[in-house]
Parts: sequence; structure tokens; C-alpha cells
Amino acid sequence: MLSLKFDEKLCKTCPTGDCLVKCQYMDVGVDQAKEEMVKIAQGEDSFVLQDCVTCYGCEEYCKRGNHPFYLITERREEKGILTSPRAITNQWINIGKPLGRYKVGETKEKMVSFGFMPEFLRWVKGRLFEDVMPSFIFGQEFFCNVVYLHFANTSIIKERLPMVMDNFGKLDVREVVCMHDECYGSFASLAPAYGIDVPFKPIHYFEYLYNRLKDLGDGTRPLNIKVAYQRPCSARLSPDKHHFVEDIMRLVGVDLVEREYQGENALCCGEILRMVCGYQLANDVQKRNIDDMVEHGAEYCVFNCPACYAALAHKVAKTGIKPIHMIDLCRMAIGEQ
Amino acid sequence: MSDITLSLAEIVGEDYVSNRAEELYFYARDPGLLPPHEPDYVVVPQTAEEIQKIVRLANREKIPVVPMGAGLALTGLIIPLKGGIVVDMKRMNKVLGVHEKARHVIVEGGTSQGLLKSYLEKNYPRLRHSIPDSPSTATIAANVMIHGQGRLTQQYGFNSDMVTGLEVVLPSGEICKIGSCSLSPDWFSRGAPLPDLSGLFLGWFGATGIITKVGLRLYPRKKMRDVDIFVTDREDLVPDIIYELTHTEMTEDIVVFSQPLPLIFKGNHHVTIFMTGDTEEELEFKRKMVWDALDGFMKSKDGGFMWVQPAMKPTLLDMPQRSVTRFADVKKGGGFEYSGPILLVERYPECTRKLEELSSKYNLGYSGMARIIGRGHCMMYGFAFTFNRADPDMMDRVRKALHEVSDYALDIGGVFWKATVEEQKMALERMDPHTRNLMKMIKQNMDPNGIMNPGNWEVA
Repeated sequence: MLSLKFDEKLCKTCPTGDCLVKCQYMDVGVDQAKEEMVKIAQGEDSFVLQDCVTCYGCEEYCKRGNHPFYLITERREEKGILTSPRAITNQWINIGKPLGRYKVGETKEKMVSFGFMPEFLRWVKGRLFEDVMPSFIFGQEFFCNVVYLHFANTSIIKERLPMVMDNFGKLDVREVVCMHDECYGSFASLAPAYGIDVPFKPIHYFEYLYNRLKDLGDGTRPLNIKVAYQRPCSARLSPDKHHFVEDIMRLVGVDLVEREYQGENALCCGEILRMVCGYQLANDVQKRNIDDMVEHGAEYCVFNCPACYAALAHKVAKTGIKPIHMIDLCRMAIGEQ
Repeated sequence: MSDITLSLAEIVGEDYVSNRAEELYFYARDPGLLPPHEPDYVVVPQTAEEIQKIVRLANREKIPVVPMGAGLALTGLIIPLKGGIVVDMKRMNKVLGVHEKARHVIVEGGTSQGLLKSYLEKNYPRLRHSIPDSPSTATIAANVMIHGQGRLTQQYGFNSDMVTGLEVVLPSGEICKIGSCSLSPDWFSRGAPLPDLSGLFLGWFGATGIITKVGLRLYPRKKMRDVDIFVTDREDLVPDIIYELTHTEMTEDIVVFSQPLPLIFKGNHHVTIFMTGDTEEELEFKRKMVWDALDGFMKSKDGGFMWVQPAMKPTLLDMPQRSVTRFADVKKGGGFEYSGPILLVERYPECTRKLEELSSKYNLGYSGMARIIGRGHCMMYGFAFTFNRADPDMMDRVRKALHEVSDYALDIGGVFWKATVEEQKMALERMDPHTRNLMKMIKQNMDPNGIMNPGNWEVA
């Protein structure tokens, strides 16, 4: 079982300090990185606890199996260090509260989870989903609550996630296609790490799309377009699934431009930064990200997370790059768009 | 047909006068909570001259006259408390002229907000007026008569401050021009540099005359509008936030709201900040100024900007905002009423605490809304309650809560906005006696027979 423990000894022997050295929002050297992380592990104060923008990146940068982001998050919570203003934190906690307004489609052994992102009620359709729809789950009752990592509030996750699992359990569902990285990351790793039983097998929707496209075989036509991919912060929770981006692009005949801010070096969409740090950092990050797409000749920007889409789509469109969600890109490849 | 009905029919035509039961029923009430009272006649004139004749007839016969716009004030101002003639202004719904370079418009006394908005959008896309958040059928004249507020109030004050002239039928029947239009063909000023006589009418709720024309200031209509929402969980900080925001002079409008439902709003105060610009650069410059002004609150974690997703913006930017109608139906049955005293912005914390206290005491759904007037010079704080019209007990609880609001508002230095008759009496009782006597002199001299909207601003 995955453990989210942070091993101080492992950190002290780290040759790179990548967790913080690679951080795109702090300027930290190798020795300082290790010093600060050890301080944090020992319960001392560190500027990192104040300055971390919650991009989840360090979770991926650390290749030694330590969990710097979870350590930072837990320590912030213990010390009462807020990432966002109290009002914003409370607002988000209220948003995720179950209200009995969930929607459940046909109950089958395999279902699609929309979390509580209403965009998927519109986006998930067509032949790609015909073997699973209309079996879907939508609403706070099935919400993974992982977003509260951005607010350094793991307590709310630990409080709500068991109830979410109970709700899934009542459906007797065996496989759940997760339409969001946070859901997948939560069900595949976070919940087990917290000792919460997950009564189904989570499937990342990229994996699902890839397999569906292969199943549809000759029905897929190469799109011959150049795209940039906007990788969301939550993709850091399941880096082992990131290869499906390139796999899908290859299948649909798309040229994924080699740009600076992709893969491990991806930039946040900016809206969490706006709430946490203010407009200057958010604007700077968004501008660098979009400029990078333009400079590398992207014709489309492919989104994964609906929140990234909401944050960036209209800004990307102003540069002439067409915003598109991964689902629609795949649908385009099978002639549905 | 009675003699009066015949006389009215001679003035406006048979089709535009009625004393039929169904129409008297309708004109006996407004959408608020005050008890209805039927008029004896309803008349729908088309010209100032017709109104002149109606008022002269009423004066001869000592019959009350109650002018009516769309009847949306909610505080019973168009309920004919002593019967008489309701003069429905809706047929006088024409834009008479726009002076583009001097940025003002002249409209008839029954012209609706919606008509003027669409007229300007079509014919003068670079001009706009201050649109209130009432339904589009609300009239310009009634809105300035009650000292209404609108989307430009934070920049330019009450909508009545934007009046550039009036034409009024006096209680005696004369048609009188107020402002520069009294000696010039141009309607650029309602008073200065002359004695400002508009105060004899504005705020009097028709008790001193019927407005048949209004000159109104128009303002630049920028190509772009946007909205941000700054939230804080500390009501005591709201006045400071407003102070900083108004100092920037970068905002189109500022409205603060708090309400427990939906849950996204629970526990917080939402400072809704509207901005405009002709270019992206202008808009972003203003946004930068606004964000910078509130940076200290963000750093202390006492407040922050919520993420207003693109999908939310059309609702927020809508003019008028239709979200009010959704609030009105929270309890089902479509009931909504508020008391909106005008008072200092620094009273915001205690107002919001009082609202929560009353909602708890009377078990009511509520919403608090403060519209900032001028650069923080004062605010309208709306103590709003929603109710089910099919639930008499709930309606009674709302009445009691609003009654407590009236007492409370006066106690903390507030002044009633579009006061009910009961509130008018309370205000007159507490008013400086010399001011009260002055109002009495004005009313008695202008309307010696007491025919104009009787019950309103009556000094005993």
C-alpha cells in the first residue's frame, strides 16, 4: 500500500534537492532545499510553508519516493498556516459539502465519475462512451475532495472521503472511469494511503480513451494538427498515467509541440495561484504559458481539467489558438466534431 | 358611468379610464407586503396636457390623485390610501431626445428603464444611463422620484443626482419646467446656477406634483465590462475595504452582499466590483489598481478574490441583475421585500449582524445587500427577506422583522429609502422640527387641497 510518509533520512542523503530546486515558484538551491525540508519534517518553521503555491509539483519532482508536498500540507495544517484567505478556504469547503443533489445514471458494474464538475454532463457523449454511458455519477456525494490539498486541509478530505466511498459502495460498482486526475489520484493512491477502503477499481479516463480509440480502430483519422497540452496540477498525483497523453496524440495523428512548459515542467493554469498569491503571479504564469504555446506554433490547446479550461480557454483563444478538451479532440478524430 | 368617469373619459378617451372591479383590484396593491386599498378610478393618460386636465378635475372635485410608474417600489407608494384616481403613466413611454455631446436624454414621465436602455444601445452605443436592479419595466421618473440607485451610483451618486431637468404638473394644474429648461431650450442642469427647485418634487413620492418629463445625464459606455468579487469573513473589515476601493476611483460600481444560501456564499461578505474599459489594457490597468488596493487584506488572509468563472459572469454583468428574482423564490411562492435605509458605510458590520439576528428571531430566509453610493459617501443597506405568498404566517413574520429594521435604522443614524407611510411618520416625528415645518409649508402651499398622493409626507 502507498504510504505518504516523509523520510527525513532519505531527504538528507538526496543528491539533488529536486523537490524545491525544480519548484517553479520558489528560488531554492540544493543545500537549502534539503535544509528546509528537514526543518519542516522536524516541525520547525520554514519560508516554504508560507511560499508554497500548492502546485503539487514537488510530489513528482522527488524521485526517491518521499512525499514533500504531503509533508508541507500536513505541517501547514498543524500550524494553522493558511494557503488562501480564510473566506476563500471556507467558500471552497462549503462548495464541496454534500447536499443530496447528486445525479446517478444507470447503475452498472462500470460507471463514469464526473466528480462534481458539471462540464462533463455535456462533454461525455458519443461513441467513445457508448459502452459505459449513461452510467455516470455526479455530485458532491461522489466528490474526491482532493482539491482541499490546495487549502492545506487534509482533515476535510479524511472526514469526507469515507462517506464518498460508502456512497460508491452502495452502488455496487466494480470499475469507475475517473474523468478528473484528482478523482483518480484520490481513489488510486490517496484513499488507500489514508487507510480508506476503495470498493472499486479506478480507471484514469486517458487510459479509457486510449483503449476506446484503439477499439474503434479504423474509425480514427489523423488530425494533422499541432497542439499544446495544458497539464493540470492534479496530474502530478498520478504521473504514471501521463504517458497516455502522448499515446493518445499518436493515435489521433496529432503533433504535440515540444515546448518549454510541458511534462514535468508544466505550469499551473493560474487560477489557484490567483486566489492564493494574487493576480501578479497568476498573470505572469498564464502569460508565460500561453506565449510558450504561441511560440511553438500550437494550433490547439488541449485541456484535461475543466478548471484549467475555464481559466485559460478564453485567454488562449484570444491568441488564435483553439481551446479544446481532450474528449473533444478524440471525438474529432473519430469524426464526431 | 359616473360623472367623474365620464369626465375622465372625455380627457383620455374611454379606453383609457376604468372603474371596473378587476382593474381596481389590480391597482389597489403593489408586490410588497402592505395592505391593498382600491382606487375609485384608473386613468392612463398620454400627454402632460391630459394630466393637467385630470389634476384640475381632481382639484375641483377634491379627489386624490396617485401617480404610478410600474409600481415596483414594494413600499406601497402607489397604493391609493384614500382612494381617488390612479394615474398610470405607462403610455408616456417615449424618448424625446438625446443630446449626444452634452450626454443627456429627455424622456416622458412613464418611460421605462428597459426602453431607454435598448434605445441607447441601438442609437447611441457610446452612451448609457444608470440602470437600477429593478425589473426593466421600472420607470425613469419613478426611480428618480424615490432617489433610486443604479449601476453608476458609486461613481455619480443617487440616480436623482443625475437629473438634468423636470417637467411637472403641479397640484394646481400648471405645467412647470424645472432647471435650465425653464429659460433655455437645453436641459443640461436641473438647478445650478439657478435655485434648485427639483427638491420640491424629488423624494416627495408624487405628493407635490406629477413628473411628465425627465432630463437625465448619460455617461460614457465603455466597450468592455468585467467583474471581480472580493470576499471576507470579517464584516468589520468591509468599510475599510470599501474605503480602499473607492480611493482607486477605478470601479464602475460596488455592491456588497451576504446570504446563507447557496452554500458557496455562506459565512462571507462578497464585495462585487464592476469595472469597465474601452481596451483590454484599460481594463487590466483598473484591475491592477483594484487588486493592489486590497493586497493588504489578502496578505493578512482576511480576504481574497474568489474565482469568478467565465460561466458566472453573464449573470453578474446582467443589467438589471435577474438574480434578485431567484432570491425572491427561495421560499417558493415568489415573495420578496426589503427595507433599504441609506446610512454610512461604517454601519455595515452592525447592519449585517442585525439582519442575521432578525432572520434567526423570525426564522426567515434573508439576504443583505449594500450598494455603495458615491465614493463611500453612504450606502443603501438592503435588509431583504424572502417569503411564500401562500404562507400568511411567514408574511407576518417578515412584516415584524421589517418593522424592527425601521426602528433599528433610525437608531443607528439611517434615513429611510422609499419610506412606507409608517416610516414617513416615524421620520417626521424624529426630524428637526424646523425641517418638518418647512416640509409642511411646502406641501400646504403647493397642494392646499391635499389631493396629491395623500398619506405621503403628510405633516400633522
